[in-house]
Amino acid sequence: MTTILQPDDTMIPGVSEPAKSRATRRVRGLSDRTIAWLFVAPTIALLLAINIFPLVWMIRLSFTSLNLSMSYLPLRFVGLDNFTDILTDEDVWFRLQTTAQFVIWSVALQVVIGYGLALLINRQFRGHSFWTTIILLPMMLSPAVVGNFWTLLLQPQIGPFNYLISMFTGVPPSSFSMTGQVSLAPWTIVLVDTWMWAPYVMLICLAGLRSIPDYIYEAAEVDRASAWRQFWSITLPMTVPFLMLAVLFRAIENFKMFDMVNLLTSGGPGSTTELVSITLKRAAFEKWRTGYSSALAIILFVTVFGAANIYVKALNKVKQR
Amino acid sequence: MSGSAVAKSGMCRWFLRGPWEAGAMTLIGGGIVMLVQPWSIDLYSYSFVTILAGTVGYVIVSHFPE
Repeated sequence: MTTILQPDDTMIPGVSEPAKSRATRRVRGLSDRTIAWLFVAPTIALLLAINIFPLVWMIRLSFTSLNLSMSYLPLRFVGLDNFTDILTDEDVWFRLQTTAQFVIWSVALQVVIGYGLALLINRQFRGHSFWTTIILLPMMLSPAVVGNFWTLLLQPQIGPFNYLISMFTGVPPSSFSMTGQVSLAPWTIVLVDTWMWAPYVMLICLAGLRSIPDYIYEAAEVDRASAWRQFWSITLPMTVPFLMLAVLFRAIENFKMFDMVNLLTSGGPGSTTELVSITLKRAAFEKWRTGYSSALAIILFVTVFGAANIYVKALNKVKQR
Repeated sequence: MSGSAVAKSGMCRWFLRGPWEAGAMTLIGGGIVMLVQPWSIDLYSYSFVTILAGTVGYVIVSHFPE
């Protein structure tokens, strides 16, 4: 039996269905599903190679005593010993507290400043675009660049920051060091992180503010609601999902913060600003305790994963309201 | 209603997503607070187990029916 296909793939009466299917396959070569898999396969392979495989390998290493400075020793399975060591170690506990304080203060400041900036930028004024660009500039810089130039700005002898503080307070500029004093260093990393990431929060809040329809404010005006009342009853409730999103991103990012703090203070003075990510780096690449550091990395990963679940759920709930 | 259908509806009543999800999230949140709190090292020691149980539980219960 011969099969003749018309341009629109309709079958000529009297020609069987399987015969049409075979012919279509011959004409097209590969099915849509196969082509889709061929396109996606390189990405999946890449993800498996650079994400999933290292994760699985790290989980395996966390149950061993591997120390890369003594890699000639045979790999010994130690069960949950690395996890027990970490979860009974007071030093790691203190580093986690330092990290929590850093996350709480920096995210709180970023939300307050970012939201305030968004409220200001949301109004139309002369030079609006110029100021928006200027405010967004820190966010576009690399954390390594920010770490380096703030190190220079905060330098006690030549840095302009100390001179600025001196102008307002009368304290001699070289009498204090923002990155070298135990009482000031934690606030310095909070300050620099807030400077860098408050614009990001502003951007998200601005999207929230722009999404509020004008007619709601017009209705409030008709009801003679004050500006304060409009803020508490319209603006804030309608931007809460966006604030939640900003808090989610910033809290997770700050919990993992490494590069900027490492460049600014390297965890010092002493271990005042040693975040848990710096502890992890020291365990892995200074003490070469690979098994131990893999276990610590898994603890941090599970914590961030759990926190992300809570925030995403909370975000969906607020969105549905 | 057949016996298997009754048993199935009973199972569905027990395995509803809402309350289980809330429980799993409470475990995760409690675990994170235990991990970073400055008062008790015993709480710190059990924090990871709590977070892990909450996270694995959340992944499982998020597949329960609404």
